[in-house]
Amino acid sequence: MKFIRWVTNIDRRIIFLLMFVVVLVPILIDIPLETDVGPTVEAAYTAVDTLPPGSVIMLSVDYDATSYPECHPMIVAVSNHAFSKGLRIILVAHIPTGLPLGQAAVEEAAFEYNKLHKQEYDAAIKQAITTYPDTSSVEFRQVREDAAVKYKKRYGVDYVNLGFRPGLASIMVGMGREIRDFYAQDYKSTDVDSLPMMKRVHNYEDIALLASFAHGKQVEYWIQYAGARYGQKIIAGVTGVVIPDLYPFLQSKQLSGLIGGLKGANEYEFLLGRKGLGTKGMPAQSTAHILVIFLIVLGTIFEFILSILSRRKS
Amino acid sequence: MSFANLLGLWVAATLTIAILSFLYRDNPLYKFAEHVYVGVSAAYFIIYSAKFTMELQLINEFKSNLEAYLQQGSTSGLVEALLLIIPTILGILMLTRWVGPKIGWISRWPIAFTIGLGAGLGITGGIQGVLLPQVQATIEPLWVSPFSGANLWAAVGSLLMILGVVSTLIYFYFSRPHRGFIGVVSRIGIIFIMVSFGAAFGATVMARVSLLIGRLYFLVNEWIGGTIDFIQAL
Repeated sequence: MKFIRWVTNIDRRIIFLLMFVVVLVPILIDIPLETDVGPTVEAAYTAVDTLPPGSVIMLSVDYDATSYPECHPMIVAVSNHAFSKGLRIILVAHIPTGLPLGQAAVEEAAFEYNKLHKQEYDAAIKQAITTYPDTSSVEFRQVREDAAVKYKKRYGVDYVNLGFRPGLASIMVGMGREIRDFYAQDYKSTDVDSLPMMKRVHNYEDIALLASFAHGKQVEYWIQYAGARYGQKIIAGVTGVVIPDLYPFLQSKQLSGLIGGLKGANEYEFLLGRKGLGTKGMPAQSTAHILVIFLIVLGTIFEFILSILSRRKS
Repeated sequence: MSFANLLGLWVAATLTIAILSFLYRDNPLYKFAEHVYVGVSAAYFIIYSAKFTMELQLINEFKSNLEAYLQQGSTSGLVEALLLIIPTILGILMLTRWVGPKIGWISRWPIAFTIGLGAGLGITGGIQGVLLPQVQATIEPLWVSPFSGANLWAAVGSLLMILGVVSTLIYFYFSRPHRGFIGVVSRIGIIFIMVSFGAAFGATVMARVSLLIGRLYFLVNEWIGGTIDFIQAL
């Protein structure tokens, strides 16, 4: 009886300590887990995978540091996927403090791609030097450019960051007319028209897919202002808190795919054959969930016993 | 890893531990980290807004349009430049509330403009983007024959969805007392609402645990791992 009373009035710091331990141990010890890919993540993956090479995908950074562990692995995975499929990326942000996080994610993906294809690029340049010893010749430059197009991801050519602009809904509506009305310069104040990949991109008609990575209502705004008004195809990568709000939009086919929380990132990484934070964090997520379920069940049973005992006494 | 990177890691790790220390009890270290976060975020937002909104979209845009008019006689340049004056005035009027109560009421004009714009966008977006597509998506075939190759569970799902939508709507229908048939249906509605709360709570737990995983992963692999790597490289 004493024990039951002690458990039901347990110091919450003991629960924090337990949670700390069950999360820390799987991070220290590598525990392999099977990944079961859900239909929503598969749909998001297919939406990116089926785009023809050269298509433009817009990534909207609608989160900041408070949701970094959940959204960052998703945006890195989608960027990796986009680069591997030869897609070009436009980055926009609706939260100013989220912008550098999005930039870091796309740069991480570009760095990984360039590192993966470094040998092929170096071999192509070596071959070009053998064929065209004069490195200042037009032919050599052309071969070098062809190799770069194939094996390198460069800012302005394969991805751009248009930065943050205030006025969420009006920007989303206005971009259906002309992106330059709001983003005449990128985040470095470079004229957008001087960036090669932006030359033929003017509005939603030139964007094959929009992916919003959000920790709030931003996905719903995209659906309302870009999806419903301009027929823009949208996928979303959101924090766990937002997932239940977006299921109705999947059912109504207003969303083409949904990556939900760290689990969603894990599933996307699995489809991509890449081990990121999503995959590495899953064992800890599982052990933490087991602890939460155990505590809820234990608390409910003990409270039930206490209520029966107090009823008998009275 | 450079020393500057290592220093950055230590600053991030110290602030993370300072914030996590709140779990034990409120303390000066936590308060310091909290204030640093608020201050840095506010400063970043101000700098960013000044540079990319005020300077790029207002001052530079006004200058270039005016120059186009003065040098080339571009009428569209003049119109664009004059149009930029309207939001500038509205923005300045917004600040009158800090001047004093005598002229503070003027700030209601730009606020009214903002509310009008927001309501216009919100109403059209809400109807076009949420209400109509969601109603349309709720109208599903009630019975899908398993012999026609369709999924039986899809039919069960459709029935459940319609029952959930109707019963929840009836629960929020307050023009008649919840007795008899309406009472029974509204109680079914409560069950659906509770299930959705449960789903939301479960998803929230998952999200919060993910945040803890992210920080602990950073502390173990990047901070401790990075420091060990740095020492070994010396």
